[in-house]
Amino acid sequence: MNFDFSEDQKQLKDQARRFLENKSSSKAVRRILETPEPFDRELWKGLAEMGFLGTVIPEEYGGLGAGYLELCVIAEELGRSVAAVPFSSTVYLTAEFLLAAGSEAQKQKYLPRIAAGEMIGAFAYAEGVGNASARNVHTSVSGGKLSGVKLPVLDGDVADIAIVAVKAGKGLSLYIVELDAPGIARTVLETIDPTRSQAKIEFTSAAAELLGAEGAGEEIIERVLDRAAVLTAFEQLGGADRALEMARDYALGRMAFGRPIGSFQAIKHILADMYVSATLARSNCYYGAWALSTEAGELPQAAATARVSATQAYQHCSKNNIQVHGGMGFTWEFDCHLYYRRSNLLALTLGSLSQWEDTLIDRLAKRNAA
Amino acid sequence: MNFDDTPEEAVFRKEVRAWLDANAPKEYAAELKNSGFGHTALKGVDVGVASKAWQKKKFDAGWACLHWPKEYGGRGATPIERVIWQQEEGIYAALSSLFIIGHGMCGPTMMTYASEEQKRAYLPPLAAGEHIWCQLFSEPAGGSDLAGLRTKAEKDGDDCVINGQKIWTSGAHYSDYGIVITRTDPNVPKHKGLTMFFLDMHTPGIEVRPIKQVNGQSGFNEVYFTDVRVPDSQRLGKVGEGWSVSLTTLMNERLSIGSGMPTGFPDLLDFVATLETPDGPAINDRNVRSRLASWAVKTSGLKYTAFRSISALSRGEMPGPENSIGKLVAGATMQEIATFALDLQGQAGALVNPDQAAAAARFQAMLLRSPATRIEGGTDEILRNIIAERVLGLPADIRVDKDVPFNKIPTSAKA
Repeated sequence: MNFDFSEDQKQLKDQARRFLENKSSSKAVRRILETPEPFDRELWKGLAEMGFLGTVIPEEYGGLGAGYLELCVIAEELGRSVAAVPFSSTVYLTAEFLLAAGSEAQKQKYLPRIAAGEMIGAFAYAEGVGNASARNVHTSVSGGKLSGVKLPVLDGDVADIAIVAVKAGKGLSLYIVELDAPGIARTVLETIDPTRSQAKIEFTSAAAELLGAEGAGEEIIERVLDRAAVLTAFEQLGGADRALEMARDYALGRMAFGRPIGSFQAIKHILADMYVSATLARSNCYYGAWALSTEAGELPQAAATARVSATQAYQHCSKNNIQVHGGMGFTWEFDCHLYYRRSNLLALTLGSLSQWEDTLIDRLAKRNAA
Repeated sequence: MNFDDTPEEAVFRKEVRAWLDANAPKEYAAELKNSGFGHTALKGVDVGVASKAWQKKKFDAGWACLHWPKEYGGRGATPIERVIWQQEEGIYAALSSLFIIGHGMCGPTMMTYASEEQKRAYLPPLAAGEHIWCQLFSEPAGGSDLAGLRTKAEKDGDDCVINGQKIWTSGAHYSDYGIVITRTDPNVPKHKGLTMFFLDMHTPGIEVRPIKQVNGQSGFNEVYFTDVRVPDSQRLGKVGEGWSVSLTTLMNERLSIGSGMPTGFPDLLDFVATLETPDGPAINDRNVRSRLASWAVKTSGLKYTAFRSISALSRGEMPGPENSIGKLVAGATMQEIATFALDLQGQAGALVNPDQAAAAARFQAMLLRSPATRIEGGTDEILRNIIAERVLGLPADIRVDKDVPFNKIPTSAKA
């Protein structure tokens, strides 16, 4: 049994960590938090130069043609550094939609530009409050023109193209929309995590091109969301681990009642529970990574497991990181809130926790009955 | 990243399967598979007799205590081979519970500290299941605070004379031998005055009284020592070094990795799929599903955490600290699952007769056994301290009794 990353993959992870410690420091993330600048363009350029944006994009489309395990370790480091870039929207979603359902021409047209860092993508699914599904999508296409309102769209304000879910009978179809075309109005939304921007996009008879078969949207979305769930789980894992480290370091250094607060059992037990949830999440993430990288039949179950576990762990660790820091953890000056914000944002993207819990049990029950 | 065996591991697994296929006591398979939580029952045959017979059969063929050296009754197998054996033995491992403490803790301690002659004399019958061993550690005054124990051992000629009381001794009522930790010097700080021995449980002066537990069973005992004479040649380690000997015993647990500790989740998933409510099967209820999901990821997390440790063994490395979460997660999860399963049964959740209760009363058995899981072998709280101190590197608790002679430490009785 070798249920672990290879030495090469571990080296890549170290390389990504060193790169991000330098380029996505707390200072860099705070610049995006505190200014109107929507994302870190410098970092985005660096990620393209490192080849990270095209990790799994095949070489014929300008990528590195490496595997998903490589992308998983990069994702973990991006999460750890709370990188303020539209990586997930572009790499885990847009590129994956194109790889899963794009025509040869669509792949030729878009993938090389994504790999080169010249194109940002977004997935426009939700239309207001509630988890998106075929039942609450009203955006429609008529005569090749797309109309409707999508909100919120993660990275929708900075994206060059969007993969848009539209109503097709009782199901859904997917369209590619180039967002600099006429008939598109975008408004930046204020959110709990300003280091990842979100937008409302109003489409009024915008030019759109079908992605995949008409009416095949739900099936493609499910497939791509499973893949994105594993990759996002690694980002969540990286964030959870960092939050645990921050809390541990603070507990070692902070003195009260004449002793380090980390010598009190009340604090130790909080930290031990954080370690437990991060460890369970790591093991479940590895399970997801294995399934993703081998295209295993149990990917749907593994993806939902990794997603639920990593969401719980990141939320648990980020909130208790603040608790261990006490009042200082609630200051703008300390970095605890960067992780608290990101953990709660990531818990909602791709469908919220309760929806993934429901999906997980659905899949486990089906497998159990089989 | 894969779950595949190396070529050597595959050959070994094939050999294990072939032997098990030809020799496993298949007549018990159905009952072992369905046996209630924490208690193995076989109809028409005594579990102890069946367990000893299976252990002897394994021993005779070289499949007992695989990781022990051959000269002491083992196979000289590698840690990963031991894991493969455990995976393949599967349900038949339920017949090994009598021997867990002897094989997992007493044996390795004897291996490290007993004389060569003693090892050759005592270890093979232990491996063969001919002798059952117990571990006499906890006391009324020394549970989580094990080093606070008060059972005395005093030198008298070539013997030591033991007086005192042990408690929570699993299996003492059917054990042939035991390892016992005693206080030999009350005038030094508590960790420094301890000494370990092994002894025959039939020695005059030993009285075993089973403890009736919450679930009505009696797996634990009180053991009273009244002028029990043990030859000094049965001392394990030096006088005053009993604490480090006991740590050897406890550390051996680290290499004992199964395939994730059970939480009861598969039982619950089966149960909710078949439990009919006026609104359809219980599993269709959104609230039920949400609760289930949290336990599903804990169960899965434990399984794949064990796989990570096994991978380290497969590479010939020591596993990392990740496995330290096992019992902490499994014990609490099992208790939650049991409580929830009873809740779903309404008032009938109170029934305990397997013929009347839902799911053959397995969740009621789980409910009544699970408090012990959260206490035995290190309470949840002690395990959190261990994770915080040894894994995360937090400072040890400030101990008010650390440099105080043992006989000056305040106790509940004297305070």
